Amino acid sequence: MELASAQVIGAGLAAIGVGAAAAGVGIVFGSFLQGALRNPAAADGQFPRLIFGFAAAELLGLMAFAVAMIILYAR
Amino acid sequence: MAATSKIDPMHQFQIEPIVGQLGPNNPFAFTNSALWMMILLALITGFMLLGMRRELVPGRWQVAAEGLVGALDSMVTTSIGPQGRTYLPWVFSAFVFILFANFVGSMPFAITGVHPFTVTSQFTITGAMAVISFLIVLGVGFWKHGLHFFSLFWPQGMPVALKLLIAPIEFISFLVRPFSLGLRPFIAMFAGHILLEVFGNFIVQGINAGGGGYIVSVLCFLFVAFINALELLVGAIQAYVFALLTSMYINDAVNLH
Repeated sequence: MELASAQVIGAGLAAIGVGAAAAGVGIVFGSFLQGALRNPAAADGQFPRLIFGFAAAELLGLMAFAVAMIILYAR
Repeated sequence: MAATSKIDPMHQFQIEPIVGQLGPNNPFAFTNSALWMMILLALITGFMLLGMRRELVPGRWQVAAEGLVGALDSMVTTSIGPQGRTYLPWVFSAFVFILFANFVGSMPFAITGVHPFTVTSQFTITGAMAVISFLIVLGVGFWKHGLHFFSLFWPQGMPVALKLLIAPIEFISFLVRPFSLGLRPFIAMFAGHILLEVFGNFIVQGINAGGGGYIVSVLCFLFVAFINALELLVGAIQAYVFALLTSMYINDAVNLH
């Protein structure tokens, strides 16, 4: 197999991780919405924790993206 | 045919000297990154000067500046405590710098031929900011608690066997902090701009292809507009996350647990 084709396939495989992180971010916001609808008064106070959970979940997806880019543009 | 030309989404991140020439004998040059950081400095200074006129009836600028300072002040005091206001200058500077850099980098100045350079799309910038945050954490921790600072890695309220297992994990997660802190704003901007560039190219290639390509162009245009809006949201969130995580890490150093 040529290197260029292998790179494109590898980058595509690495991009699967971004989808997994999307599921994680969805779980974070979905769970927050569930909790916020049950107790709306307490929801605003938990905003920093929501963003923290979002950041932690998102970071892994961003890393998967970085790996995909490194594979795609490696020489 | 132009449609066959290769898309080069990495070109927008290239640092090019504007004045002078980079070389082995001359490692310093005035680059486009430096130029856009100067522009950011001017913008932030202008924003703060307009907002700090201390009018009795606050105008628009003053409300904006006071709201920003107030939001970060409340964030720092809720996560660190009453003495958290000491660390507000760095948290505020980092927040405002990342926010302005992300927003200015997303502005469509390219229509006029000026290509805005997103300063935060370089890991050197965000990594240096993360290192500053990490050094503040280390400095404050050792200054306040001395060698007792290492008890940060020693969990409480569990059997000793579990503690021995948890302590190295805590230590590694502490060491990884500056990387994750710096990587996050960098990759968010990097990924967003690559996406914009690639789909912007699809618009042009669709028009060049003609026929069904026009449909692709319209769809890509809508997508790019949507991604641009998302970029603004992500830029604000990343600035907020950086400030929030910095204040949480400083909280660890100030209060241990």
